[in-house]
Amino acid sequence: MIDVSGLTKLYGSRTAIEDLNFNIKSGEIVGFLGPNGAGKSTTMKILTGFMPASFGSAKIAGFDVFDQPIDVKRNVGYLPETPPVYLEMVVEDYLDFAARLHDVEKAKLKAAVSSAIERTGLSQVRKRIIGNLSKGYRQRVGIAQALVHDPKVLILDEPTVGLDPVQIIEIRELIKGLAGQHTVILSSHILPEVTATCQRIIVINKGKIVAQDTIENLTNRINRGVLFTMEVKDATSSGISALKSLSGIKTVQIEGPGKLLIELNPEQGELRDIIIEAAVREKMGVLSFGSEKLSLEEVFLQLTTQENHS
Amino acid sequence: MKKIWTIAWKDFRTYFTSPIAYIVIAGFLIIMGWMFFFNLSHFNLQSMQYKQYGMGGKGTSITEGIIRPLYGNMNVIFLFLVPFITMRLFAEEKKMQTIQLLMTSPVTLGEIVLGKFLSAFLLVLTMLTLTMVYPIILFVFGNPDLGPLFTSYLGTLLLSGCYLGMGVLFSSMTENQIVAGALTFAAGLFFWLINWASQSVGQTFGEILDYLSLIQHYNNFSQGILETSDVLFYCSFIGVSLFLTHRVLDSYRWR
Repeated sequence: MIDVSGLTKLYGSRTAIEDLNFNIKSGEIVGFLGPNGAGKSTTMKILTGFMPASFGSAKIAGFDVFDQPIDVKRNVGYLPETPPVYLEMVVEDYLDFAARLHDVEKAKLKAAVSSAIERTGLSQVRKRIIGNLSKGYRQRVGIAQALVHDPKVLILDEPTVGLDPVQIIEIRELIKGLAGQHTVILSSHILPEVTATCQRIIVINKGKIVAQDTIENLTNRINRGVLFTMEVKDATSSGISALKSLSGIKTVQIEGPGKLLIELNPEQGELRDIIIEAAVREKMGVLSFGSEKLSLEEVFLQLTTQENHS
Repeated sequence: MKKIWTIAWKDFRTYFTSPIAYIVIAGFLIIMGWMFFFNLSHFNLQSMQYKQYGMGGKGTSITEGIIRPLYGNMNVIFLFLVPFITMRLFAEEKKMQTIQLLMTSPVTLGEIVLGKFLSAFLLVLTMLTLTMVYPIILFVFGNPDLGPLFTSYLGTLLLSGCYLGMGVLFSSMTENQIVAGALTFAAGLFFWLINWASQSVGQTFGEILDYLSLIQHYNNFSQGILETSDVLFYCSFIGVSLFLTHRVLDSYRWR
């Protein structure tokens, strides 16, 4: 349903996203996960045809985002970071306007608006002016606007931001209910947010895709053994084999001249002092020792700590 | 085409759900009513004096005495009011980020620009329709020429269209409504006064300045003369403004 290859966007000399490649199948719910400023919104803006990419291509429902923008836009419902609602309009009229803009046939207008209102739980406020609604309701009007023309693809940029916990659960349920009929991409900088709704996660950091996989697979990858790097003056083979023979150590690889990458078996206790002692005993001349983090893990750590702070 | 209308109608309605339309229309009608009253009473006084002193001839006509000054003044008032009508069109959408809805809908940029222009044009048309009460009064009590009246309306509509075109353009350039309004007024005034220097810049250049002056092309309309070149000038002026708006909006996507 969505094919992205080599997508790159430059803002002047600053690279917002670099060489993104991914595929999303019909009916899937995929989460874009990444810290603030990772390039999630930029990617979404390109997919919706709001702005063009610098390089690369993206296809939605078989239409090229750049060459056939009108066909793409007809098949996409988009909720930007700030819901694009006209504050002086009545909810119903606004959705009617959005439906007309998206080529909903005249005979089906009323039904489309009513169904969007029902699905997003706006029945009580349908005759009210959007400017008088709370943030949560405005967000829902934004989602209703994205749904109103029953698009094949829904692109939701941080759909639950600014909502209270009850509303967040409601919106999550709503999004889960869309699986199957719609292909959904949603972005978030909060890990539990995507694990709660998405089947698959694309992790973006600093404009690049760090990982894309199902949630289970990603969790397995993170729980892999701990890595350390050690720089030594003299990487003797006898020293390396001595390190390998220590209990709890999985592999020792030579990364470069005098640089060793040591991987421990999962769930080992504290082994650092034992490793260093062994290296000193072998007279390898330890220069530095540190833990090596996977980029994915780094991102996840950032995401999980952000969640704790907020 | 359908979507131009969808956008135009939505924005036209917005004028009336906010106080903008009421304030602009009320201000316009009060000033116009005052001017009509003044023109009419002045014209009556003059005609009476002509009769009393038996100066011979017929005195000034209704066209010369009332219609020309009235609709000439109306153009000045539109110069002041149009910035208030157009300034929000794109600037507000950009500020509130609602423009993202338009830009991610299956609508072309051209349709968006035309829809926005049309919404403001409809408001001006509404205002002009309301002023038809003055000719009706003239027809009830007198016998004015229909031709100059018709061309005055057409000319005023086209001239206001030029102001609207500039207003739409400047509104697309900024997200600050005050900036958009101020630029529209300044540009409108500039294109009004541009031929003031035509006497002192040499013949060729002077003719160019004369041609570019918005008010110069209105002269024929006010005398009841419908000249194709004037209509074409106004239409091209609007066309260029809207084309530039299209380019401005497109350029924002590429930044």
